[in-house]
Amino acid sequence: MTTPIVEANEVVKTFGHGRVKVRALKSVSLALEPGRLTLLMGPSGSGKTTLLSILGCMLRPDSGSVRICGAATEKAGPEQLAEIRRKHIGFVFQLFHLFSTLTAAENVQLALDVRGERGRKARARSRDMLAQVGLANRANAFPRELSGGEQQRVAIARAVVANPDVILADEPTAALDGDNGRAIMNILARIAGEQGSAVLVVTHDSRIIQFADRIIHIEDGILREQETPEGSVYPLRIRSFRAP
Amino acid sequence: MPLTLTLASRNLFHDRLRFTATVIGIVFSIVLVMVQLGLYLGFGRMVTTMIDHANADLWVVSHGAKSFEDLSLIDLDIRRKVLAVNGVAKATPVIIGFSDWHMPGGGLTPVFVVGADSAGGLQPWNVVEGSVQALSAPDAVAVDRSYLERLGISGLGATAEIHGHKVRVAALTQGIRSFTTTPYVFAEIDRARSYLGLPPNKANNLLIRLAPRKDPELVSREIEAKVPGVDVLTSEEFRSRSRSFWLFGTGAGAALFAGALLGVIVGTVIVAQTLYSSTVDHLTEFATLRAVGCSNRYIFRVIRYQAVISAIIGFSLASLIGAAVVRMTAKSALPIVITPELVLGLFFLTVLMCIASAVVAIIRVIHIDPVMVLTR
Repeated sequence: MTTPIVEANEVVKTFGHGRVKVRALKSVSLALEPGRLTLLMGPSGSGKTTLLSILGCMLRPDSGSVRICGAATEKAGPEQLAEIRRKHIGFVFQLFHLFSTLTAAENVQLALDVRGERGRKARARSRDMLAQVGLANRANAFPRELSGGEQQRVAIARAVVANPDVILADEPTAALDGDNGRAIMNILARIAGEQGSAVLVVTHDSRIIQFADRIIHIEDGILREQETPEGSVYPLRIRSFRAP
Repeated sequence: MPLTLTLASRNLFHDRLRFTATVIGIVFSIVLVMVQLGLYLGFGRMVTTMIDHANADLWVVSHGAKSFEDLSLIDLDIRRKVLAVNGVAKATPVIIGFSDWHMPGGGLTPVFVVGADSAGGLQPWNVVEGSVQALSAPDAVAVDRSYLERLGISGLGATAEIHGHKVRVAALTQGIRSFTTTPYVFAEIDRARSYLGLPPNKANNLLIRLAPRKDPELVSREIEAKVPGVDVLTSEEFRSRSRSFWLFGTGAGAALFAGALLGVIVGTVIVAQTLYSSTVDHLTEFATLRAVGCSNRYIFRVIRYQAVISAIIGFSLASLIGAAVVRMTAKSALPIVITPELVLGLFFLTVLMCIASAVVAIIRVIHIDPVMVLTR
């Protein structure tokens, strides 16, 4: 059995006090393994984003534990949590969150820069990553000059350029049309296979189920169901990484 | 170029209106500080101009005399005692005082008479017409060219009256201006006495020249020991005393410093406000940086770069304005003096001011919650 990259055990998270108290997560346990693309699905308010925030070391659980690549996060301070994110996690956001004043290549390079990787090598690596997501000719474009699909590909390139152990994607296809959504999922699925990263995609979008190795449903803060789709387009270990 | 610098500069230049406001704030602040401190330096130089141009190693002044313009008198009988001190080569009396200049065309104006031995001591400098030697002629005086109109005369050779005595302009100087705006009139000491109504056994100062290789401190102590009731000062001590009196005793210096401080405060507030609003506008980007694992130090570096870029651009423009102001005031009654040390000091002050301004923005970023990038 493969050692999980992310392990969450009996995670509980509550927001608010008294009458407005909401238990967003009720003793959630989850493990993400390398090389697998997991979909986390559920209705609005089910606790998807809360779980993603906790797994991404951005939010602390009230109880329970989260380990990233074996590192415990319970007692880590804000800077230590930032270090865990920097070393192990790549994020893809629903609204891309690219830096409007930086070019596509610079946006990708930023992920290396914060890790202390600078200079010509970092620039070359960023451009290479953009080429791998099919944006070699858009490296010098600013986000406002890119389509939504292109912006999300830049965001993915930024998330994966430093070879993180885990990629957490928050509704990466929500702002995109069907074709662009499939292209994005294609890239994420390939990254999981090629880099061996654990990929967790939070989504509402049932059109992307075919890309998953595993699907987890969450409702009212409880993981209800887990299944492995039969029609997964990229079965584990036989995927190859290539530009879409 | 580091990516943090690229990000900082692009964020800064992205909103041109706000950046312009920041730069204007810095320019306004630094020009204000520059002018105030330039006036301070200019004033400081003007109040010591006579001391600077006197040919003296030591000054003997009446006890407690506050400045060169202090009209307290010393008894010239002490001159023998001073000359008897080992190491004193020469002791030249100088007299000063206010008198009335009667213009040839009628009317009168106050003048500040400076009388010294024509053999040396305190002679007019920057003589552009006539000569210092010509002052030994009967009735000869020297005045500054810039005061001709004020004195009601046309130039060299013109005549007038001081205190009922006829005077003739035998030398014209350039740039010897008084911070009191009262024109200086140089004359040979005996004639100056008559212009001022001073008795022959009185003077305001004694200018001491020392024999070669004599220590001014030692000689000064010896004179003070032998001649009671006087202060013996090196030129530097006398300068310092004069500056201290005119700049701080009168409150003029404090007012200038208060103006400069006001400039720093205004500049800091303006820059802090614009840096803060720029940071708030880019809060999602900073939260994204934090979410992807960026350390606080990395984000602070971006904000600091913004502050330093603003400082450099603002300071450069302020320097150009400062240079123009210096040129415009060069021939005025109170020229603004900007030295290389002042420029360097102002540059560091600008950078410091801008970095201090960044603190508010940094405090905002410290409390940023990276989760916000998942919820918006």
